[in-house]
Amino acid sequence: MSTDLLEQVSGHFNYWMAVILMMVGLYVVLSRHNLIKKLVGLNIFQTSVFILYVSMGKIHGGIAPIYVEGVTEQPVFSNPVPHVLMLTAIVVGIATTALGLSLVVLIKKTFNTIEEDEIQASLDKKRRKP
Amino acid sequence: MKNQAIYREVAKLMMPFILMFAMYVQFHGDFGPGGGFQAGVILAVVYILYALVFGLGNARHVTPMTILRFMLAFGVLLYAGVGMVTMFMGGQFLDYNVLSHDPAHGQHLGVFLVELGVGISVAAAMITIFFVFSGQEH
Amino acid sequence: MEMMFNVILLIMLLLTAIGLVRKRSLFAVVMLSGIYSLLSATLFIALDAVDVAFTEAAVGAGISTVLMLGTLALTTRDEEETPPKGGILPLLVVMVTGSALLYATIDMPNFGDPMAPIHHFMAPHYVEHSGVETGIPNIVTSVLASYRGYDTMGETTVILTATIGILAILGRGRKRPKKLPHRKANTP
Repeated sequence: MSTDLLEQVSGHFNYWMAVILMMVGLYVVLSRHNLIKKLVGLNIFQTSVFILYVSMGKIHGGIAPIYVEGVTEQPVFSNPVPHVLMLTAIVVGIATTALGLSLVVLIKKTFNTIEEDEIQASLDKKRRKP
Repeated sequence: MKNQAIYREVAKLMMPFILMFAMYVQFHGDFGPGGGFQAGVILAVVYILYALVFGLGNARHVTPMTILRFMLAFGVLLYAGVGMVTMFMGGQFLDYNVLSHDPAHGQHLGVFLVELGVGISVAAAMITIFFVFSGQEH
Repeated sequence: MEMMFNVILLIMLLLTAIGLVRKRSLFAVVMLSGIYSLLSATLFIALDAVDVAFTEAAVGAGISTVLMLGTLALTTRDEEETPPKGGILPLLVVMVTGSALLYATIDMPNFGDPMAPIHHFMAPHYVEHSGVETGIPNIVTSVLASYRGYDTMGETTVILTATIGILAILGRGRKRPKKLPHRKANTP
């Protein structure tokens, strides 16, 4: 029973941590007013997905998926498919983060604040005036 | 940082090596870790260092925005162009086997060109984004 | 040994993330997010994903931090001291979603299990035949550029589109468009 539990814990620890990190990111996005902090929260969320995928690709005793020269019997490689998917996702992630940051700069220029509640207040004020 | 002699000298010393590392990552990506995405980002880092030490005006003078915009589109076009060429040579879209007599050689050529396209596009994108952000008025 | 590295790095990641939630100074938040990226890059090396680690270190810890600092210079340095939005509602949402996801992981195969389904579809083909079919030693590169070439082309297009978007939002055009003359006549 106890060995079963130990195996369960050691076999799923990476996935659990990925979920917890994802929830930390989600919490930042949901609870903070500051737009830059929200974007940082989204980055944490995104990285937790990378960790989940790459953890699934790992094989015990495997090595990085690059062929070893001059060996007829190749060693065990970890699964390269999640690596490929996450590699492209990281670069697309920075492109979209930059787009989000440029929107933040534009919001600062328009409303002179990047706090969500203040933006909402100034919008309400504008609506009430005319 | 414009008037700091030490920064300027160290940056001057480091830039060629970073540039060379970017090229190494780009062209050695077939054999070790690396490839177009990483090389493009490292190449952009050279520009960021240059802009930080020598001022944005000088950096913009080195590579005008027009060229950057051209490179940005050119990278994607090169990628898609390789796909079109393989189609005209009788294969399917992005089937590099037909690029040469020997399929493995064709694959090598195709992957090389495609990674080059990715590298150019990513580098131009990152430099453009940095220039746009740092060129804003406060 | 492998597992120990994993556990230590994941706990460090969690501590960094918690520090990040609590800090109010945005400068510290951006720096912590750089550290977070670097730690996750180290974790990716421990998990054999060297290409991913390389990209994360260059992009997450490098360019991303520079862009965030640039944005801070244009906007503000500190987050305002306001109570969390919506009271305990976000915490409740996070708890419920998190426990649902944790429950889902119980069914997943064990970490590092070579018999997991993910290792028996397409991946064996890439690992066994990509050396002969493409002649490229790095399997990740051959899958990225050759087997999944469509995918990578799409990703490059996304980067192009995002940059065009940024130029449209913040980039100043060479000429400022003047007010269109015919528009005035049309409006009553």
